[in-house]
Amino acid sequence: MAGASMKDIKLRIKSVESTMQITKAMQLVATSKLRRAKERMENSKPYAHISQAAIRSAVNRCTEGNIPFVSVRPVKKRCYVVIAGDRGLAGGYNANVFKAVAAHCENTDYCVLPMGRKAIEKIHRSNVESLTDEYAKVEGMTVGGCYKLARLLIDSYLQEQFDELWLVYTGFQSMMSQEVAVEQLLPVPKPTEEEASAPVSTVYELNVEELLEKVMPDFLAGRIYSALCDSFASEVASRRSAMDSATKNAGEMISDLRLKYNRARQGAITQEITEIVAGAEE
Amino acid sequence: MAAFHLQIVTPDRLVYDGEAEKIIVRTVGGDVCILARHIDYAAPLGTGEARVTDAEGNTRMAACSGGLISVSGGEARVMATTFEWAEEIDLERAEHARDAAEKKLSQNNCEGYECALAEAKLKRALVRIQVKK
Repeated sequence: MAGASMKDIKLRIKSVESTMQITKAMQLVATSKLRRAKERMENSKPYAHISQAAIRSAVNRCTEGNIPFVSVRPVKKRCYVVIAGDRGLAGGYNANVFKAVAAHCENTDYCVLPMGRKAIEKIHRSNVESLTDEYAKVEGMTVGGCYKLARLLIDSYLQEQFDELWLVYTGFQSMMSQEVAVEQLLPVPKPTEEEASAPVSTVYELNVEELLEKVMPDFLAGRIYSALCDSFASEVASRRSAMDSATKNAGEMISDLRLKYNRARQGAITQEITEIVAGAEE
Repeated sequence: MAAFHLQIVTPDRLVYDGEAEKIIVRTVGGDVCILARHIDYAAPLGTGEARVTDAEGNTRMAACSGGLISVSGGEARVMATTFEWAEEIDLERAEHARDAAEKKLSQNNCEGYECALAEAKLKRALVRIQVKK
């Protein structure tokens, strides 16, 4: 009986060891990807920041009237651009994004533009309308791809397929913490009172409306690209820490099992000796 | 000459961040030159050549397309869709893009958006080739 349990423990150690090898390899891959992902994220930040500021000051100038991208329409339907990962095994990374969408949408009717294979799978499973399933790869997404995506979003927005556009992504705070953010893209949020009271003297080539119409697709693409880079860096960082703790857990489990194995082995030997000694005494 | 702070950004990088004496870019309304102490200003960018003169007086050429130029509080910001310095342009690729776009346009069967896309590509390629030469 002791022998069988020894064999069981040995098999278990082997299986945990091979799992540990996988998690260790994934951790190494994530670590090496992380550097590039972070660099890409840093590079995409300035454009997003500067263009947001420009949009806000232009919107500030928009007085009354019906201006696309600025005027609020009664909300019948929302659209969420949901950025999740291509792969799982990244801790709560994907689940947190979906939870944020579910918490945010409340009871309004909504459709989703999923980005990343996991997002597409999730949307289909929960029977939510999806604008397009074209963006299944977050990792290799280029700026050009984002422009195409922004075009699609702008066109559907102008055709009133939805009345509000929201972006759900994961912001990279540090290696250890990544936070899901939900941000309104369209209509452009009203400026805060402080911004609204700032003096405006900017001279605009074209009028503000035309200018917004011309640059909105570009800025939307830039914003989504930056969120995408942010999310990807978060995904990799989250996978790295998830794999790190998985590897640690596996290590602990192995040393635990070794201890059990040795105990069982010792038990078996002791029993054998007892049996022999008992036989000799007879 | 007086200098001002200039930032040039594209979605994937910060191209320029520093003092400059002068920048000339093509906006939708034509070429615009920004010097120090310019009034607050904003204009959408077209596709064309850009010239940046830095604080030391060196002028660099670039191919620039799409986006916005804005001046506020004496600082100029160029938010371009693409912005490449002359030395970064891949001539072969640009020529290739030009030929592909010309071919597409000569087929005469492309529709509204696609046609506009091919035209924009052709224009970008031509500007790149011109800047490089």
